Amino acid sequence: MLYSILCYESEALAAGRTQQEDEAMMARLYKVQEKLKAEGKLGPVARLLPTTTATHIRSGRDPAVIDGPFAETKEQLLGFYLVNCATLDEAIEAAKLLAREKPHGTLEIRPVAIFNPVGVS
Amino acid sequence: MTDMAWIDAALTAARPQVMGALLRYFRTLDAAEDAYQEACLRALKTWPVKGPPRDPAAWLIFVGRNFALDEVRRRSKHTELPEDEDIGEHEDVQEELAERLDASHYRDDILRLLFVCCHPELPATQQIALALRIVSGLTVKEIAHAFLVSESAMEQRITRAKGRISAADVPFGTPGAPERAARLTAVSTMIYLIFNEGYSASGGNAHVRVPLCEEAIRLSRLLLRLFPGEPEIMGLNALLLLQHARTPARLDEQNNIILLEDQNRSLWRHELIAEGLTLIEKAFRHRRPGPYQLQAAIAAIHSQAQRAADTDWAEIDQLYTVLETLQPSPVVTLNHAVAVSKLRGPAEALAMIEPLAGQLSGYFYFFGLKGALLTQLNRPDEARTAFDRAIALANTAAEAAHIRLHLDKLQKDTGGGGPC
Repeated sequence: MLYSILCYESEALAAGRTQQEDEAMMARLYKVQEKLKAEGKLGPVARLLPTTTATHIRSGRDPAVIDGPFAETKEQLLGFYLVNCATLDEAIEAAKLLAREKPHGTLEIRPVAIFNPVGVS
Repeated sequence: MTDMAWIDAALTAARPQVMGALLRYFRTLDAAEDAYQEACLRALKTWPVKGPPRDPAAWLIFVGRNFALDEVRRRSKHTELPEDEDIGEHEDVQEELAERLDASHYRDDILRLLFVCCHPELPATQQIALALRIVSGLTVKEIAHAFLVSESAMEQRITRAKGRISAADVPFGTPGAPERAARLTAVSTMIYLIFNEGYSASGGNAHVRVPLCEEAIRLSRLLLRLFPGEPEIMGLNALLLLQHARTPARLDEQNNIILLEDQNRSLWRHELIAEGLTLIEKAFRHRRPGPYQLQAAIAAIHSQAQRAADTDWAEIDQLYTVLETLQPSPVVTLNHAVAVSKLRGPAEALAMIEPLAGQLSGYFYFFGLKGALLTQLNRPDEARTAFDRAIALANTAAEAAHIRLHLDKLQKDTGGGGPC
């Protein structure tokens, strides 16, 4: 069975960490990744850019593109895609294709800051 | 058990929202600060025992407001007060209520708090100092250190600023759309000033003061979270991120300035660049260009060039042309001239900046660029005069040292003989 592990934290708090504190934490997380990788359990790992870089798209026949993160708590995270696009516009077009096939819900686009396809390298 | 580092970070993160709400309740910065201080003290006492609240900001607003109301009651001695420890079983319910009440004001509260600090009555240095104290919660000592003045001088500066504000009118009603837009512009400028103070320090030995830059970025992100659809706020945020990304490459080990074209680009912080590039892309989708977006777009072009030689100067030239029509200023023309010198040579660039001599007679960069262009045009004597003037106007030791390098090079190339 594949499991996803999603990371939640107060962004204002995370942004309050100094660069050194952040690097120290990442170093500790890399150690855990190494262990999981050695056990053959680790898949792709991604760190996202802040929510200020987000754009979201309301599903439907004519999807609306809205700045900022998706903030509605009545809907839950049900899945995700990773798309490789040259520009944000391209990513928005890709998300619109998906949004048109879904009568409800929202797609949020968040650029990926760090991506390791097979975990820590 | 909650660790103190977390509490400290939570208090800092919640500060703008809490201070903004308390200012709405109590109307003066001093009263809001007192209530905030008290709420923090209680947080330090309560959180390690009871664990962190679900929403630290709502908790602090609730406790801060109650403290101030209790003070009023205590003075009138009408009501027996519960002990601190009894703040109560119903705290969570009341907290939730406070949260709901405040959520609707959230945006305008923080904007008002920021706007109060950049009141037009205050000179720029007082605006920055006040914002760092009130919004960011830096201590007077930290701010004094950043500005290289004594603690008592900074204390005075902040007290004076507060006095001016309480004498002036601060509007507490919910702002209309045009008023909100005007506040956003004033606040953006103030944040940009904080960044510039850090990026190109206006005095002393330190040429770059990273904490001020980081604080400005934190404030610009906060502003963007409040107004996620404003392209100019995206532009401001992008501009600060793209410029700050170069910080690790801007000075050598002896604290000498390294020019953009000579910087080791692998030292640039690529995560910040990625963030800035996304924001500028988002902003341009609105097709409502503004000065911050254009400056960010120019910075973005530099960020995307793998080597200095790959820089798309033609694109930069075009962006400056638009910027000059949107926001004409001699400093913009001066920067435009750099792009022109790369594209069409130093003679044309020099012709562009010569008419600015009157307006920029006290501007370090004007004489720095003039000297560089004259050097390229093989006019060493005039170049030397310009560089001498630049040194006299340098704001930091690093700036002066950088110009001295140019002078030394001139001296070497022309076989010496010039004034020392």
